Amino acid sequence: MEIPITQLKGGEKGELKRIDGGISFRRKISSLNIRPGKMVRKVTSQPLRGPVVIEVDGRRLTIGRGMAMKIFVEVNR
Amino acid sequence: MRILIMGNQNVGKSAMFFRLTGINVTVSNYPGTTVEFKEGRLNLGDETAEIIDVPGTYTIEPTSKAEEVAAKMLKEGDIVINVVDATNLERNLYLTLQLLERNVPVIVALNLWDEAHHKGIDINLRELEKELGVPVVPTVAVTGEGIKTLVSRIKEAKAHKKRHNEKERWARIGRIIKNSESIKHRKETLLERIEDTTVKPLTGVPIAIFVAFLMFYMIRIIGEGLITNVFDPIFEAYKPLVISLGNAIGPGTLHYILIGNMIGGQIDYVQSMGLLTTGLYVPIAMVLPYIFAFYLILGVLEDSGYLPRLATLIDTVMHRLGMHGLSIIPMLLGIGCNVPGALSTRILETKRQRFIAATLMAIAIPCMAQIAMIIGLVGRHGIAGLGIVFGVLFLVWLFLGLILNRIMKGGSPEIFMEIPPYRIPYWGSLLKKLWMRMKGFVAHAVPYVLLGVILINMLYFSGLITLAGKVTAPLVVNVLGLPEDAVGALIMGFLRKDVATGMLLPLGLSLKQLIIASVVLAMYFPCIATFVVLFRELGLRDMAKSTGIMIIMALFVGGLLNILL
Repeated sequence: MEIPITQLKGGEKGELKRIDGGISFRRKISSLNIRPGKMVRKVTSQPLRGPVVIEVDGRRLTIGRGMAMKIFVEVNR
Repeated sequence: MRILIMGNQNVGKSAMFFRLTGINVTVSNYPGTTVEFKEGRLNLGDETAEIIDVPGTYTIEPTSKAEEVAAKMLKEGDIVINVVDATNLERNLYLTLQLLERNVPVIVALNLWDEAHHKGIDINLRELEKELGVPVVPTVAVTGEGIKTLVSRIKEAKAHKKRHNEKERWARIGRIIKNSESIKHRKETLLERIEDTTVKPLTGVPIAIFVAFLMFYMIRIIGEGLITNVFDPIFEAYKPLVISLGNAIGPGTLHYILIGNMIGGQIDYVQSMGLLTTGLYVPIAMVLPYIFAFYLILGVLEDSGYLPRLATLIDTVMHRLGMHGLSIIPMLLGIGCNVPGALSTRILETKRQRFIAATLMAIAIPCMAQIAMIIGLVGRHGIAGLGIVFGVLFLVWLFLGLILNRIMKGGSPEIFMEIPPYRIPYWGSLLKKLWMRMKGFVAHAVPYVLLGVILINMLYFSGLITLAGKVTAPLVVNVLGLPEDAVGALIMGFLRKDVATGMLLPLGLSLKQLIIASVVLAMYFPCIATFVVLFRELGLRDMAKSTGIMIIMALFVGGLLNILL
């Protein structure tokens, strides 16, 4: 099942499938080594549509909810 | 020759810069500490090289303004020292490959080498050198390990020309990693286990509140302790010296300037307003101890890596005020001194965010020097007065932010921030930063204080202050409910808020008046040093707007307090 990382549960992992959005956003994400094929763990998300914290390769990143909705992962549920 | 220090954010470029040039720069554990280019010199035996600390970047295909600047700088560099985070080789090598493609000689400093070792990461240096085709030197920039070797090998830096596209680059990085890096599995450390706890809202928010309380409690304890046990005794011992000097000079203008007014036949360090009395006592004995305490605690917060977590937790609130989570950094730095606070608004992406952050900080965040004086003055009447002063300023911060976010066009971009791992601060680098900030305070504050004391004496002497009092009476007396004399403090406030707050003492104000005067002094205008920086950062138009908001809000809030209290 392919879902945006915002729909991952806290602590759940998924394999990154695709990144939507403009070229500049995709480049920004991929220059951080967040690319298709990587395992993404959602650490937590802040309430009231606050930002999402994800972990890739042991590195944590805080990104706004809107950006997080553009990153899709494959999960087995 | 021009050497650029380049690398991802938060990999130790500034620490490297210090090691190479001996020039002190702020080093912290959060992305974006360096917002200005720093230049220095390095002696390479037969020639002197110019060293430039370039703000962190992940790619030289620019995705933000900071990265655009970095890409432009690259064209003017002769050699690049590429600082690479050894604990995160795969991602860092992306920039390395891009740099290599630019036909500029590169040498790689494999930094955080000690941390990589602790994490069980083993990198085969010879293999990595072979793969990249440029020198690779392991370093620990904060302690200076490996720097000598790095310098001796700068001349070996090499350029390549081969172009890759993005896919090819990652494929090549994959091969490099496979051949040169091996990771041993090992047990999670305590610091790693608390990483998630401090960023999850349910546990993170109570921890953040606890940290904030602990921070201010510690500042109070350390600040007061230093005043009572160190600085007051020093100034008591110094008193007979000033008295005998005063006697030697005899009464007259010189006595008035150096020693000041005798209060009840005695020297009063806060009220006398002489250069050698108040001019030294206020900055050194009343303010410096709190500055020391604040920067000590801030340093621990910065170097541990806690601030990006705090930024994450507070992001939702900051969006309501027209900013995002990272704006906690200008606010926190502003508590120390509004000048670095104003400078650090550069880590925010848009003009709108920077305007709101700078205005809120300048209007509602008193610097530590002023806070120390408010504690000294208002605190004499008990904790309730202090609660009102800081409570009102907090409400101003909150409501002004809400209003500005409503009335200003546009929105705030979303936060996008890497969270660095927790690190135990290196004491050497922590104390160095503290020392640098203290030196900065003494060098900048003391001359302004002395200048202010002279100026205010001249105004009193010439009678201009009485005139100013009469002119401003409708506002100062009728709206704010303060005596005419308070205008002297308001004038002083342009130069130094700490001395200005101290000038309220001889006026014999009631607690209500002290509260109003403290709040108004904090809000009505930034001190001249902050004003200059804000002017540079915001430009004429926005600075004029920001200043207008400050003056109107100060009168409004001061007048309101006069009615309500």
